[in-house]
Amino acid sequence: MNNTVKKTLVLAMFALPFQAEAGGKDDPFLTMITIDQLEKRDANSSKPFAWEVQGWAGYDLEKFVFKTEGERADGETEKAELQLLYSKAIDPYWDIQFGIRHDFYPKPTQDWAVIALQGVAPYYFETDASLFIGEDGQTALRLESEYEMMLTQQWVLSPEIELSIHGKNDEEREIGSGLSNIEAGLRLRYEMKREFAPYIGIHWEKKFGKTADYAREEGEDTSDAQFVIGIRAWF
Amino acid sequence: MKKQSLPKHINSSRRRFVTGLAMGGVLAGFGFKSQSLFAAASQTGTPELRGNNFDLTIGKQAVNFTGAPRFATTVNGSLPAPVLRFKEGETVTLRVTNTLAEDSSIHWHGLILPPEMDGVPGLSFSGIKPGESYNYQFKVTQSGTYWYHSHSGFQEQTGLYGAIVIEPKEPPPYTYDRDYVVMLSDWTDEDPNDVYAKLKKMSHYYNFNERTLNDTWRDIKEKGVEATFQEREMWNVMRMSQTDISDVTGYTYSFLMNGITPAEGWKGLFKKGEKVLLRFINSAAMTFFDVRIPGLKMTVVAADGQYVQPVSVDEFRIGVAETYDVIVEPEHDMAYTVFAQAIDRSGYARGTLTPDYALTGEVPALDPVPLLTHTDMGMGMDHSMHNMGNSSQMDHSQHNMNGSGQMDHSQHNMNSSGQMDHSQHNMNSSGQMDHSQHSMANSGGMDHSMHSNSSQGIKHADTEYGPHVDMRADNPQYRLDDPGVGLRNNGRRVLTYADLKNLNPTPDPRDPTREIDLHLTGNMSRYMWSINGVKYSDADPIQLKYGERVRINFVNDTMMNHPMHLHGMWSDLETGDDRYIPRKHTVVVQPGAKISYRVTADAKGKWAYHCHLIYHMLGMFREVHVS
Repeated sequence: MNNTVKKTLVLAMFALPFQAEAGGKDDPFLTMITIDQLEKRDANSSKPFAWEVQGWAGYDLEKFVFKTEGERADGETEKAELQLLYSKAIDPYWDIQFGIRHDFYPKPTQDWAVIALQGVAPYYFETDASLFIGEDGQTALRLESEYEMMLTQQWVLSPEIELSIHGKNDEEREIGSGLSNIEAGLRLRYEMKREFAPYIGIHWEKKFGKTADYAREEGEDTSDAQFVIGIRAWF
Repeated sequence: MKKQSLPKHINSSRRRFVTGLAMGGVLAGFGFKSQSLFAAASQTGTPELRGNNFDLTIGKQAVNFTGAPRFATTVNGSLPAPVLRFKEGETVTLRVTNTLAEDSSIHWHGLILPPEMDGVPGLSFSGIKPGESYNYQFKVTQSGTYWYHSHSGFQEQTGLYGAIVIEPKEPPPYTYDRDYVVMLSDWTDEDPNDVYAKLKKMSHYYNFNERTLNDTWRDIKEKGVEATFQEREMWNVMRMSQTDISDVTGYTYSFLMNGITPAEGWKGLFKKGEKVLLRFINSAAMTFFDVRIPGLKMTVVAADGQYVQPVSVDEFRIGVAETYDVIVEPEHDMAYTVFAQAIDRSGYARGTLTPDYALTGEVPALDPVPLLTHTDMGMGMDHSMHNMGNSSQMDHSQHNMNGSGQMDHSQHNMNSSGQMDHSQHNMNSSGQMDHSQHSMANSGGMDHSMHSNSSQGIKHADTEYGPHVDMRADNPQYRLDDPGVGLRNNGRRVLTYADLKNLNPTPDPRDPTREIDLHLTGNMSRYMWSINGVKYSDADPIQLKYGERVRINFVNDTMMNHPMHLHGMWSDLETGDDRYIPRKHTVVVQPGAKISYRVTADAKGKWAYHCHLIYHMLGMFREVHVS
C-alpha cells in the first residue's frame, strides 16, 4: 500500500511540470509556505511549543503539498509529522490530495497513506478532512475546520476545531479506537500585513474513550486548556 | 526625428520632457520642494510629438511616486509616453527601438490598421527584440482620442502607455478653445509578477474593504438577525465577497493623472468662459475610474474616439482602455477638481482645471465603498438591493417581463416604432431615482425584445463546469441603463451605455448573419480567468469570414467588470437604437450582465480579442482569425 503511494507520488512529481507547461504564463509555477501556527503555549503545561505549517508548489489546479505539525516540550519533541501530497482541484473550492505521512514522533515512527479533501466549505469554513491508513493496517480520520471572523480589516478572530478518530487501539502510542481527541482553538491575530500576523489565543484539548484511559493510566490529564502566543506568516 | 516638430506651446521646461525625464514621477519623489520650481513642467502634462515620422525609444527610467525609487518602462524617458498627434488621412511612420533587456512591443489601441502593424507579439509580428527596432507604418483612417501601450508581459503596468490624438479631416461637430489629454493610470512599486503571484495565492490580498463584524452588527441592528442572515446567505454559500470590486487596489496602487500623483495633482489652465475639451483615457492596468468635476457639467461628445450624440452628465465610469471626450465650460474664475475615484473607493487620481496655477480645487471625499448585489451576480431578481430604495418592485417587474415570452413581442413592436427609445431617454435624463430605475427595467425588456430569438434562457457550455469556474449567471440581464455598482442612485446624472448613440447613422446597417456567444468565466479564489471556461492557451481561434457581420453576445459569469477589447475591427455596441449604433474598441461587460455588439469582419488577418485587465488577459483571451 505504502509503496504504491510512494510510486504514484514520484510519478506525479515527474508528470506535473510537463503537463502544466502547456498552460503557459497565465498559470506560472508558484510556491507558497504558510505558517498557520507557530506558538508558545502556557509555560505551566507540558507542551510549551507547537507548529502547524503547510506549503505547496505547482499550478492553479495541480500542486504538491506538504503539511507538518508537531509539539515540543522540555526540549523534547513529543509529536511531529510530515505529509507529502499530490493535490488536484476537483471543484472550484476543493482539492483532493493523496500521498504519504510520516510520524517522526511519538516513537516508534510510522508511515501512513493519506487521502484528503481540503478546501473552503460554504460560509467560509476552511476545512481539511484526511483519512490515514497506517502501515500496520490501522486507520485514522482527522477533521479540521477553521473560520476567520474579520473584526476589522486587520484584527481577525479565528476559531478552529480538530477531531481525531482512530480505527483501532494503539497502546504503544496511547491512542484508543473511536473518537480519540478533540482540539479547539480561538486565536486573535493582528495582520500587520497580509503575510505576517502575531496572535494570542487559547488552545484546548480533550482526550476521549480509550485514549483518555491510557492518559489516566499514565497519570496525565485528559483535558488541558492553555494560553498561546505565536505568529502566523506566509510567503 | 526630422519631420517631427514640437508642440505649438512649447516651453523650455517641456522640452526637457522630450529629451528624456519622467518629470512627474521624479518630482513626486522630491515632494513639494521642487514643485514650485517645475510647476509648469510637472503639472501641465506630458510631452507631445506631432508630424508623421516618429522615433520612439522604449527604455527604463527611474521614477518615484511613493517615496521609494523604482524603474518604470517608458517611451523617450517619459511616463506617460509622449502624446502622439496624428492627422487623419496621413501615413505615419513610427520607428520603435527597444533598449530593454527583454522583448517589447507597441499596440496602437483602437486604431484600424493592417494586422502586421497591430503590435501583438506572436500574432501581428514577433515582437521587438532587445536592441532592435521595428518600423510601424500605416495610414491613419480615423480621428479622435486613442492610446498606445506595450502588449508584452506586464510592461503596461510599469508605465508603457501614451495618448494618441488624431486631428480630423473635417472639423469636429463641436467647438472648443483648448484640449487636454487626461490619462488615468495605476502605478505600483511592486513587481507586477509579484502582484500576479499574490493574487493567485490569496485573491483578496489587496482588498481592505472586507465586511467586518461591525458591518454585521450594524446590519443586525437595522434589519434584524434574520434579514441579515438571509442577505448574506448567498454570498456565504458561494464563498464570494460582496466587496470584491477590484482585484488590485489603492493598497498598492498610486492612481495617476497624466503621470502625476494625487498629492501633486495635474493642472490644466483655462480662461473663464472657454470651452475645454478633455480627452479622458483609462490606461490603467486594472482600475476602473468614476470621473466627475464638481461644479461642472460634462458634455460627452465622443466615446472610444468616435463621435456620439452629445449627452450632458455629472459623472461617468471609464473602464480600463476606454476613452471619453468631454467638453466643459467653466464659467467662474475658480479651480475645479477633476476627480477620478477608483471603482472600489480605495483611492483616486486628481487634477485641477484652473485659471491660475496657484489655485487648487477642493478635493471631494471618496464615495462609500460599494457592495455587489444579486444583480451583479447575474441573478436578476434581487432581494438584497434594499439599499437601492424600493427597488424590489422594479426587480419583480423585470422578472415578469423576462419570464413571459409574450411581453417580449409586444415590446418588440413598441421598439420598432422607434419612439420607445426617445421616451425612455427622456425619462432617464431626468436623473431622478425612480425614473432611472423604471427606465432600467424598461430597457431590460426592450433589449430582450431586440434579441427575442436568443432570449430563451441562458445556456452554459460544458466547458464552464469544473474547478476553474466558480460561478455562472443564471439570469443575466441587459443592463445598458445600469451605471454599475457604486454609482446607482447616487443623486448624480451618471453616463450609461444606454446614453451612447452614434452621431452618424449606423456605419454598417446590415443585420448580423450569425451570433457568437462568449461567456466570461473565472475562478476568483484560484484567480483563473477564461472565456467559455477555456483559457487562451487551450482555445481555438474564433473564425470570422471576411466581410460578414456577426453579433457577439457576452454573458459575464463573474462578479468583476471585464473591458473586452477587439483588435482590428470596431465593436458596434447595441445601445437601444439600431439606427445610431455607436462604435467602440473596448466594451465593458458588467458583472452578471449580458451585452451584445456587432462586428463587421472587414480586416483580414489574426487579431487579439481579450479582457483588458492585465492580470485577467493571460487567460481571458482569444485569437480572432478573419479570412
